[in-house]
Amino acid sequence: MSVLVFTENWDGKFKKSSFELASYATKVAEMLGTTATAVSIGNVDDSELKSLGNYGVKKVMCVKNDSLNVHDSQTYTKVIAEAAQKEGAKVIIIANNNTGKALAPRLSVRLKAAIGSGVNKLPLSVNPFVVVKRAYSGNAYAQVALKSDIKIITLAQNSFELIETPNDAAVEAFAPSIDASMVKTQLKDVQKQSGKILITDAEIVVSGGRGMKSADNWAPLSELANLLGAATACSRPVSDEGWRPHDEHTGQTGKIIAPNLYIAIGISGATQHIAGVSSSKFIVAINSDKDAPIFEAAQYGIVGDAAKVLPQLVEAVKELKGK
Amino acid sequence: MKILVCISNVPDTTTKVKFTDNNTKFDANGVQWVINPWDELALTRALELKDNAANGITAVSVIHVGNASSEPTIRKALAIGADDAYRVNAEPTDAYNVAGQISEIVKSEKFDIVFCGIESSDFNGSTVGSMVAEFLDYPSVSAVSGLNIENGQTVITREIDGGKEVVSVPAPFVAIVQKGIAKEPRIAAMRGIMQARTKAIKVSEPVAIDSLTEIVTFELPQPRAKCKMVDAENPKQLIELLMNEAKVI
Repeated sequence: MSVLVFTENWDGKFKKSSFELASYATKVAEMLGTTATAVSIGNVDDSELKSLGNYGVKKVMCVKNDSLNVHDSQTYTKVIAEAAQKEGAKVIIIANNNTGKALAPRLSVRLKAAIGSGVNKLPLSVNPFVVVKRAYSGNAYAQVALKSDIKIITLAQNSFELIETPNDAAVEAFAPSIDASMVKTQLKDVQKQSGKILITDAEIVVSGGRGMKSADNWAPLSELANLLGAATACSRPVSDEGWRPHDEHTGQTGKIIAPNLYIAIGISGATQHIAGVSSSKFIVAINSDKDAPIFEAAQYGIVGDAAKVLPQLVEAVKELKGK
Repeated sequence: MKILVCISNVPDTTTKVKFTDNNTKFDANGVQWVINPWDELALTRALELKDNAANGITAVSVIHVGNASSEPTIRKALAIGADDAYRVNAEPTDAYNVAGQISEIVKSEKFDIVFCGIESSDFNGSTVGSMVAEFLDYPSVSAVSGLNIENGQTVITREIDGGKEVVSVPAPFVAIVQKGIAKEPRIAAMRGIMQARTKAIKVSEPVAIDSLTEIVTFELPQPRAKCKMVDAENPKQLIELLMNEAKVI
């Protein structure tokens, strides 16, 4: 018996979210009186694999197979299911990101394992096994009992802290019984932006809404984001107007995020927008309308015009943070 | 080719969420029910594909697992333009059960493309689409923001961290779609509403499939502390609070 955690890599490297998963898996394993094993797919070198041990993982199963260079949900699912069976895993933990959302439900059916998705804290109990997940688009939480023998948890990003429990993780090669003929996904093209902080990874997000008035007014917002090491985001009307690219849209139908700090500038705070950002640890609202609903979701607010307030915030950060 | 769009019946997204029965049931009193927003976009894209005869789409059907009270939502999908509908007459218990019911219909009716929205706005599980694919052993593509048919082959755009990938998979397959798949949801016209009255909703009884999860209780989020206001004449104070009080920058 063990807890299995799937740690995705990006060009051979893990991210903070991978170590959050490892920390979480280690804690769940402690609750069950067992240990955590990670499974990694792709070309990741041994020192990177071993770094998972810093967060309590005892063993890393490493799968290197060229058939897996294209992300094919069906084949990836087979690999993780085999790893789970080999380990006798009772709980499987995966990130609640695009990859996790593609794999966890397939694994659920393959292993007849109940799934708790978008979980943001440790299970409330392990017998019965009860997890807490987001429901009604952030307007509620649900306590869900997972009733099957094997359980799957997808962990919401930035919802669990890193816990260092250093140990020397054993790295083992694992060769699942898959071959190229199983891979049905054909990759035709990849378009990647580089150098941009991803909204879903960012600990601080600076976001602009209709109150920014025009696409031409974004420079001070971007500057503030740069100074804070933040990602930039926007509300739906802004991306619909084409002022900002669609991948910056945060909200119920766009990206759902949970940074440490979300700064909403000129965003009134429609229910659908709040649904996408309500898990942020702190929300700052800057809006010219003192009755805007965003102030109900925020901890800090300024009633004022974005065009006037933003440049002063930029100056204040430069002065106080010494940049 | 035949397309099936999976439809979830959800409270209007502006609903004030409340619970009854000791916080174990959603309080549906006075709630307006709608097609789940992502499913509505999926239906729109399916109909757009059918509009172009060169794509060879012969029918767009919708499926819903739920009791008779959800028929107005199904009729709305028919009014928007779906050709016919399937309803599995069961109270949806959990994603595993719902996906199992849908797979049975896909198996017997032989659809080539199954569309599912990325999540339902009520339970936010993001699970049914990929579960259907695994029940049927079909390929699935997630985070789909574009789907076209070129020379009989489906060309799919999916979102990855910091970019996009263009992929193709052979039919039959499941596409789990999100923002970008269609610009605006298609709205029912008067003619569509009239036609919808005579379109078929094929009702079937559920097959025996386990539920693997159970809701213990719902909780409402803790109300946030009252917003601390900073004078617009002194924004510097905000940065100081974020540094020294919240300690987030």
